Amino acid sequence: MKTLDARGLSCPEPVIMIRNAMASKDAAYQIIVDNAVSRENVTRFAEHQGYKVDVTEADGEFTLNITK
Amino acid sequence: MTAKNEKTVIIIAGIIIGIIASLLVLFGNPANMGFCIACFLRDTTGALGLHRAAAVQYIRPEIIGIVLGSFIVSLITKEYSPRGGSSPMTRFILGFFVMIGCLMFLGCPFRMIIRLGSGDLNALLGFVGFALGILTGVFFLSKGYSLKRTYKLPTAEGTVLPVIEAVLLILLVLAPEFIFFTEAGGGPGAKHAAIIISLAAGLIVGILAQRTRLCMVGGIRDIVLFKEFKLISGFIAIFVSCLICNLILTAVTEGTFFKLGFAEQPIAHNDGLWNALGMYLTGFGCVLLGGCPLRQLVLSGEGNTDSAVTIIGLMVGAAFAHNFGLASSGAGPTPAGQIAVIIGIIVAAVIGCVNTFRTE
Repeated sequence: MKTLDARGLSCPEPVIMIRNAMASKDAAYQIIVDNAVSRENVTRFAEHQGYKVDVTEADGEFTLNITK
Repeated sequence: MTAKNEKTVIIIAGIIIGIIASLLVLFGNPANMGFCIACFLRDTTGALGLHRAAAVQYIRPEIIGIVLGSFIVSLITKEYSPRGGSSPMTRFILGFFVMIGCLMFLGCPFRMIIRLGSGDLNALLGFVGFALGILTGVFFLSKGYSLKRTYKLPTAEGTVLPVIEAVLLILLVLAPEFIFFTEAGGGPGAKHAAIIISLAAGLIVGILAQRTRLCMVGGIRDIVLFKEFKLISGFIAIFVSCLICNLILTAVTEGTFFKLGFAEQPIAHNDGLWNALGMYLTGFGCVLLGGCPLRQLVLSGEGNTDSAVTIIGLMVGAAFAHNFGLASSGAGPTPAGQIAVIIGIIVAAVIGCVNTFRTE
């Protein structure tokens, strides 16, 4: 599973990261973000692409597990 | 919140913001200028004496309200997060030139929508330039443009700009002699709603914009990049609601809040090329910054010091614009302003290239 570190990056960069990663058409990705806007935007984008998103939060960081 | 709910919420927020923008003119703000982040930062810069254009000096409570509204709501929702360090000097320079672009057009992207909703067709050419500027910025974004990561900062660091805004509010209310205020009848700076109304309007817009992530450049950018229509829904809602509210006000009051055409529009000029180029620079610069001037105010309220540096860049840009005759007037652009906009476009392109095609 591909893991992307988007901590400290502002939107739209985390969404561009996951968009580019999805070119590989893997079944699962993980991306770590550290702000609510990135969490919302990555979630929205992944769901539009037909993925399910599971979010876990710890110490202000969000780990998004994105699966088909 | 589901994607559909998000869109509904941002449309409702846009409708409320459009109504507020229209009503602020009824309550005393300059025509077609219920809100203008660029103009209001410029007026505030003038009130502090950093430029001496006597017609545009007033500490605008709307700006104070937006920053404090975002600050308060982000504290409540625990989204307040002091951070910075993502190329602050580059952001300062981009902020500087975004202001030069805005003062060529005579308005930020927010006022561009309001001008459109007031029938000012000059803003259509501004919009064309704005969209092309965004597309230019999106080109760099899709090629890997980044101003790199932010880092967590001490809590106090993120409060600096909100505290400055609170101090500005005190200066506005106390009105000491060293603060400059445009004399009655002396220009747009003298036209303003009552402090409490402007402050409340700013607070409401700050809260709504923080919750919805409203951004004027984000709308077109997200459609091109991700086929995502959330942010553009807010943009369109502001336009439609401002338009309807202006038509109603024109019908039921003695004032004119809507006048369709190019000629004799308030606080605007009809040089189409330079309206377009000014907004081209604005759209391009704002995409490189990650958000429009309104969004920068909201982010700075959330503790983002890179956005706070951008605001300082915008204010320094405003000071330069009026100290060196770069800002347009109703008569049109100035030659110095035209040169400054061209330099700004070149600088934005260089910043785009340097931060996209890195060798390290």
